Amino acid sequence: MSTDTPVLEAQIGGGDYQFGFHDPTDKYVFQSRKGIDRQIVQQISEMKNEPAWMREFRLEALDIFFQKPMPTWGGDMSGLNFQDIYYYVKASAGQEKSWDDVPEDIRKTYDRLGIPQAEKQYLAGVKAQYESEVVYGSLQEDLAKQGVLFTDTDSAVRDHPDLVREYFGTVIPSADNKFAALNSAVWSGGSFIYVPPGVKIEFPLQAYFRINTQNMGQFERTLIIVDEGASVHYVEGCTAPTYSSDSLHSAVVEILVKRGGRCRYTTIQNWSNNVYNLVTKRAKAYGDSLMEWVDGNLGSKLTMKYPAIYLMEPGARGETLSIAFAGKGQHQDAGAKMVHCAPHTSSRVISKSISKDGGRASYRGLVKATHDAHHCKSNVVCDALILDPHSRSDTYPYIEVNQDNLTIEHEASVSKIAEEQLLYLMSRGMTEAEASAMIVTGFIEPLVKELPMEYAVEMNRLIELQMEGSVG
Amino acid sequence: MSSLLKITDLHVAVDEKPILKGVSLELRQGEVHALMGPNGSGKSTLAYTLVGHPKYEITSGTIEIDGTNINELDPCERARLGLFLAFQYPVTIPGVKVADFLRHAVTNIRNPERKEGEGLIPMREFRKELKERMEELGMDLEFARRYLNEGFSGGEKKRMEILQLAMLQPKFALLDETDSGLDSDAVRVVSEGLKKLSGPQMGSLIITHHERLLEYNVPQFTHVMLAGKIVETGNAELAHELHNHGYAAIRERHPAEAAEEQERQAKAQTANAGF
Ligand SMILES: Nc1ncnc2c1ncn2[C@@H]1O[C@H](COP(=O)(O)OP(=O)(O)O)[C@@H](O)[C@H]1O
Ligand SMILES: [Mg+2]
Repeated sequence: MSTDTPVLEAQIGGGDYQFGFHDPTDKYVFQSRKGIDRQIVQQISEMKNEPAWMREFRLEALDIFFQKPMPTWGGDMSGLNFQDIYYYVKASAGQEKSWDDVPEDIRKTYDRLGIPQAEKQYLAGVKAQYESEVVYGSLQEDLAKQGVLFTDTDSAVRDHPDLVREYFGTVIPSADNKFAALNSAVWSGGSFIYVPPGVKIEFPLQAYFRINTQNMGQFERTLIIVDEGASVHYVEGCTAPTYSSDSLHSAVVEILVKRGGRCRYTTIQNWSNNVYNLVTKRAKAYGDSLMEWVDGNLGSKLTMKYPAIYLMEPGARGETLSIAFAGKGQHQDAGAKMVHCAPHTSSRVISKSISKDGGRASYRGLVKATHDAHHCKSNVVCDALILDPHSRSDTYPYIEVNQDNLTIEHEASVSKIAEEQLLYLMSRGMTEAEASAMIVTGFIEPLVKELPMEYAVEMNRLIELQMEGSVG
Repeated sequence: MSSLLKITDLHVAVDEKPILKGVSLELRQGEVHALMGPNGSGKSTLAYTLVGHPKYEITSGTIEIDGTNINELDPCERARLGLFLAFQYPVTIPGVKVADFLRHAVTNIRNPERKEGEGLIPMREFRKELKERMEELGMDLEFARRYLNEGFSGGEKKRMEILQLAMLQPKFALLDETDSGLDSDAVRVVSEGLKKLSGPQMGSLIITHHERLLEYNVPQFTHVMLAGKIVETGNAELAHELHNHGYAAIRERHPAEAAEEQERQAKAQTANAGF
């Protein structure tokens, strides 16, 4: 609460949504026409100069996308028109290694978001994706020397075809769901990370996603491979301008954590309130490894996101910490999936949601165990805090188990800020707004304290911003 | 000049049910008052009303500090004017660390004009002071890092109330059964703690059933409440007598209020019948 973090102050600013500004688009290198069809998909593939297998992969996925019906559960997607979206927008000629070489408008945006400063202070590497392409990338030299790969996924397809081909689409097949199919057809950008056996990356690698164009669709594709005994912490942040019409963000993130490896994937999602955020994230965790999703959803119009962990071999552990804040006009339908595919695996889900000003926060979770996954443990705790009578919280826990020999604990609680708590804090000199903010900050504290300090401070600041102007 | 908290003919209702029926009391900075009375007579109601609990509605009468009516002020504004209540049942605020909470509270109370977002008192200064107060109250410094009242024992919660009192140094301290539910060691610590804090700058209104707290903090005035009214005011001797002999004599001397007390209890029982 008391730490000086000028960088993050700059990233976050003060007052309402701070990232609603946008840049001019007249200097863009390429922009596809609106809508989606085979021609657009082929055009994207050509622009990227891709091998034939990837083009085939895309076209196959496009067919699946057209065949699959829209999900009938989750949030209201009636405002989403797939033919009213730009699927591929290239703002600059290529990816730069120095901020000085990034076009000025774009560089200024990242300056305002505080990325170059954060990079100097506490990051091991950065990727900045603007619209469809990564415009800037860096990685600490010693990591590169140890064989760590951190590049945009497009470059990886060209430069590391064997690795990419072996894993791409294996964790999340195109047919998994309609949005995974869409992403597979039109994907662009995203991060590719490979951490060689035994290499432990101390500081986070960060990717920063920015949508600038109105009616833009951003479809980044991330693939992370953590080899045996290696570890990495990857962080992604995202913002967009506030427009009156909607944008779509539909990413696919695939992760493999091999024996004894460790991967933490932290998201601080702060899209503007006109973005549909429909994301598929899944990890496979092998023997004695640990996969953690830390998922903070504060922005967007509708988020549907349920990071999944498939526990593939004995000793694998999965953990998801999820924070959702649904304010005015927002629906956060978020949660977690834990699939126990092997005996002696364990999983833990902690979810905290806050809804206010008519916002809606839903927890949707699945715990599943295959028939031979005996001696597994799963613990799910969902707490919801509802700040006013117009707001809403729901819990949809699904459990699919064909096994007696396992322990599943599920606790859910819904609370309102108690009058007695407000009175107590106010009688010690807090204003009503301060008291509410303090109670909310305390509510998410058990999760926030798991974050590295810089991100904990950012999360608290974002929550405070969301709280501002809402009370009293 | 010492400040004055003046309560005049206060009538208070909860959910439209009248609880206090004309309470008058004057508490000056530097004075110690005891407030006694059987369970349900309205002592806590008076305390909550004074700090501005929204559930307790003033139907008539006034609360003034140095001549200014504070009836309409919210709890935050009253706190910044120097009112403090050590709660009978302090609530838990999960995830909020004692030190963070207190630093905010101390900043606001010492700088009543502070707007949200303005700076807090310097960390080092605050830490030093907090450490000193905790040591005086025999509290483990580890408490500063714990979440406010979460998992605290009864005694720890009460000690936390006294710590807050020590840090906030109010003009008027209301203590609602700060000594109940504690073992005798804890009662001693709390009693000594309060004694150390008392002085010409603090007026206290001590609600208690026990003698111990009043042995350490001898009241100049003892008020006895029955069925929502203060029916008698005396000196320390009265507190002593009530402790030894109970409220039978009081009820005898005030038959109207005693009858009303009976009636309330009967009503409460019918209300719960069939539960
Ligand atoms: N929040 C409340 N809701 C309903 N009734 C209340 C409330 N607070 C007090 N009362 C009623 O007011 C009367 C006085 O209670 P209280 O002030 O707690 O007495 P004391 O502290 O002297 O034991 C009791 O009849 C009690 O039931
Ligand atoms: Mg009481």
